[in-house]
Amino acid sequence: MEVDPAARSAIQVQGLEKAYKDVRVLTGVDIDVAQGTIFALLGSNGAGKTTIVNILSTLLRPDAGRATVNGFDVVEQAARVRESISLTGQFSAIDEILTGRENLMLIARLRHLDGPGRIADQLLARFSLSEAAARRVATYSGGMRRRLDIAMSLIGDPPIILLDEPTAGLDPQGRIDVWQTVKELSRHGTTVLLTTQYLEEAEHLADRIGILHGGRIVVDGTLAELKRRLPPARIEYVERQPTLEEVFLATIGDGPDGAPAGAARN
Amino acid sequence: MRANLLFDSVTLTGRSLRHITRSPDTIVTTAIIPIAFLLMFVYVFGGAIRAGSQPYVSYLLPGIMVITIAYGISYVGFRLFLDRQSGIFLRLHSMPIARSAVLWAHVTTSLVTNLAAVAVVVVVALLMGFRSGAGVLAWVEVVGILTLLTLALTWIAVIAGLAAKSADGVGGFAYPLVFLPFVSSAFVPTRTMPGPVRAFAENQPVTSIVNAIRDLLTQRPVGSDVWIALAWCMGTLAVSFTVAVRLYRRQIA
Repeated sequence: MEVDPAARSAIQVQGLEKAYKDVRVLTGVDIDVAQGTIFALLGSNGAGKTTIVNILSTLLRPDAGRATVNGFDVVEQAARVRESISLTGQFSAIDEILTGRENLMLIARLRHLDGPGRIADQLLARFSLSEAAARRVATYSGGMRRRLDIAMSLIGDPPIILLDEPTAGLDPQGRIDVWQTVKELSRHGTTVLLTTQYLEEAEHLADRIGILHGGRIVVDGTLAELKRRLPPARIEYVERQPTLEEVFLATIGDGPDGAPAGAARN
Repeated sequence: MRANLLFDSVTLTGRSLRHITRSPDTIVTTAIIPIAFLLMFVYVFGGAIRAGSQPYVSYLLPGIMVITIAYGISYVGFRLFLDRQSGIFLRLHSMPIARSAVLWAHVTTSLVTNLAAVAVVVVVALLMGFRSGAGVLAWVEVVGILTLLTLALTWIAVIAGLAAKSADGVGGFAYPLVFLPFVSSAFVPTRTMPGPVRAFAENQPVTSIVNAIRDLLTQRPVGSDVWIALAWCMGTLAVSFTVAVRLYRRQIA
């Protein structure tokens, strides 16, 4: 999707504040995410990334400020916001006792969609989980859980997806799978807001990056804009050793530019 | 995509009932302690207890039914606590569903599993010689009282599940409920108890619930006990429901 600068905002946050007892976590956050783009919220542990995501997904009320999602106010029109979003939280939101297919069908039913079984099968195929469909999620690997978790978020094609640290705890292959999925979503016009503590991830995925520090967004812009703020680049000659990640990927036979297993296969 | 309390509750009840069918041991463990009480009191202590002309197992069964439910509801708190711990709670609450369906699903599941456990206990009692000439209507009334009791206690368990900070804390609240029947007419007639104990026993809810069920099953005219029993259940239900819903609202913003 073309990024039209005049496009309507999918997410708009102004002067957002939130404190837990005496700890002021957010002290005035401003964010604007254009429709169909990927926005990465970058920050260290405890910076308040999850607090922002929870406010946007109507799980938490802000103390001050305003946030609209898909044009709806998160406090006043919470029900409409919930119809517009899907949340993949930091901790996997899947039912361990149910099978992968049952998990997907559960969400499809709760979204009152026709043919939950068909929807589940399509997503299982898309996320390379068909073989594990009838197994209880308790037997899944970390990467499979994450894929299932994201697949559950896609049911009902919500226009906005919130991903809280989608690649935390994943191995390199799992991370690349998630990245491919996010890019694909964006290509189909879905707006994605994701949080991460990895600069590399933000750099790889995001149209715009906001750095959250000290309770506010200290820097916000495209990667090129952020780079311009840094001291000018110096040219150095350094012998480049393969990174451990490259060694790992070469050994298991899948490169980042190859055809990784998972989301990107179809 | 509109929220629909009934539809969403049914969907989520299907989910938690599937948890039960995947591990039916929860029904077995719910029934096993009351069955142990039943065996011990009938075959060990029963011979020394004078409780009227009927076989002691028939005298004992109503109290064991109450213990079964008091014991079984702790699982609701536990399952609710596990949902809170995992991300499922957050996902459900960020979806366009009727939010209270999340609680109702656990409550409905509790009702189904506890009545199933009571049925298992009744079958064991039948094997041990329990007989009742009660008609269909009397049984319907018994099931009605037990349903109301289960609802009242389940909403207490919901409070525990919502408020608990650890899994150990969830189960603890059920112990007083399990021991209340011991100081009631459940095991022995209250007239043998010394003054203050007797006063407590005769004025606590278990005695009136047990007496009402016992009268129904032995085809005796039910006295004021049934109304006192219903009042206790309704009152407890009203309070526990209100507190649970308030707590829930506060937790989910």
